[in-house]
Amino acid sequence: MSWNDKQVETWVGLMLRTGVLLAAAVVLAGGILYMIQNRGPRPDYSRFQGEPVAYSTLHGAATGIATLEPRSIIMFGLLLLVATPIARVGMCIVGFAFERDRMYVAVSSLVLVILLYSVFFHR
Amino acid sequence: MSNLLFVVIVGLSSMGAGLLGALSGLGGGVVIVPLLTIVFHVDIHYAIGASLVSVIATSSGAAAAYVREGFSNIRVGMFLEIATTSGALFGAWLTTIAPTAVIGLVFGLVLLYSAYVSLKQKHEVITDRLDALALRLKMKGDLPLPDGGDQQYVAQRVPVGFGLMWLAGLLSGLLGIGSGAVKVIAMDQAMRLPFKVSTTTSNFMIGVTAAASAGLYLRSGYLAPGLVMPVMLGVLAGSLAGSKLLVRAQVRTLKVVFSLLIIGMGIEMIVNSAMRF
Repeated sequence: MSWNDKQVETWVGLMLRTGVLLAAAVVLAGGILYMIQNRGPRPDYSRFQGEPVAYSTLHGAATGIATLEPRSIIMFGLLLLVATPIARVGMCIVGFAFERDRMYVAVSSLVLVILLYSVFFHR
Repeated sequence: MSNLLFVVIVGLSSMGAGLLGALSGLGGGVVIVPLLTIVFHVDIHYAIGASLVSVIATSSGAAAAYVREGFSNIRVGMFLEIATTSGALFGAWLTTIAPTAVIGLVFGLVLLYSAYVSLKQKHEVITDRLDALALRLKMKGDLPLPDGGDQQYVAQRVPVGFGLMWLAGLLSGLLGIGSGAVKVIAMDQAMRLPFKVSTTTSNFMIGVTAAASAGLYLRSGYLAPGLVMPVMLGVLAGSLAGSKLLVRAQVRTLKVVFSLLIIGMGIEMIVNSAMRF
């Protein structure tokens, strides 16, 4: 393993840990608010209905944070969490580019395209 | 049951699953779905969504530690991620059209298989035979040995490994699990990578693979915030605690206990699903 590889990996590790802890903190904050505001009986999860648009679209989850509605805060935390591995692949592209490894810049770019396609377009 | 009690009990159970998963090396994700469906009567689609999120959290959380050790092979992982992410896209799409009973049946079989893999004696075969395709793809490396030396390795049978990884991705997308058992088999049995490399690289890949399913899960409404919240936080806390405790625990006994638990859940899911046909 070259010196470059090691340096990139240290950066990647730091980013991953920060991303996960940040996401967990946001989810926890939303969770505490959610518990304060929803004291009734447990919601019925035994029959699948699908979540409403506010919690099942990128737009809904990203804009809902502004309303500080507890479930929207949780969803925003989940988006942060999903973004960490995607950012990791992005950092690998940069790392391989520094090493002038064109083949693996292409390989990681393909993985990134698949991930972005999944998040934004896949039906 | 009140919502508060429900969230607390689900959170604590998830913590237990994460703890056992980290200690046994089997991952907590694999028991979240049976736990939620069998014990808490949650619909399997919501359970799969919550499980997938916890898989991303544990993979990224543990990766920071693995990265420091320097065993994982980023090139091998990245190349195989082409297979796992495309498999996961297909699997996540399958989940939206497959009948619940079919998903449950496949899940039960995967549980039995995971238990079998973890109990089986593994034989490590490391080789530096110069596989032409692997060399062209730079799938080689050296593993630092305790005595200060280096163990050279070269990946073998790349196409077989790639195919198995696509299957691992499909199962991950279909069931909301990390598919660690299939990934490790692909890497140490088919591609002949050293255990330390295959397990850490597998962890590196699990989060990325799971992220490929997350978009479709979100749009299909699988991510119920009130359920995902305690599961994600619980599994993450449990697995982080587990990896800290790992040094002192009796791994072999734990593995057997956890595997028996998984076998029981697998049989329960198969029987339950079979009765729905």
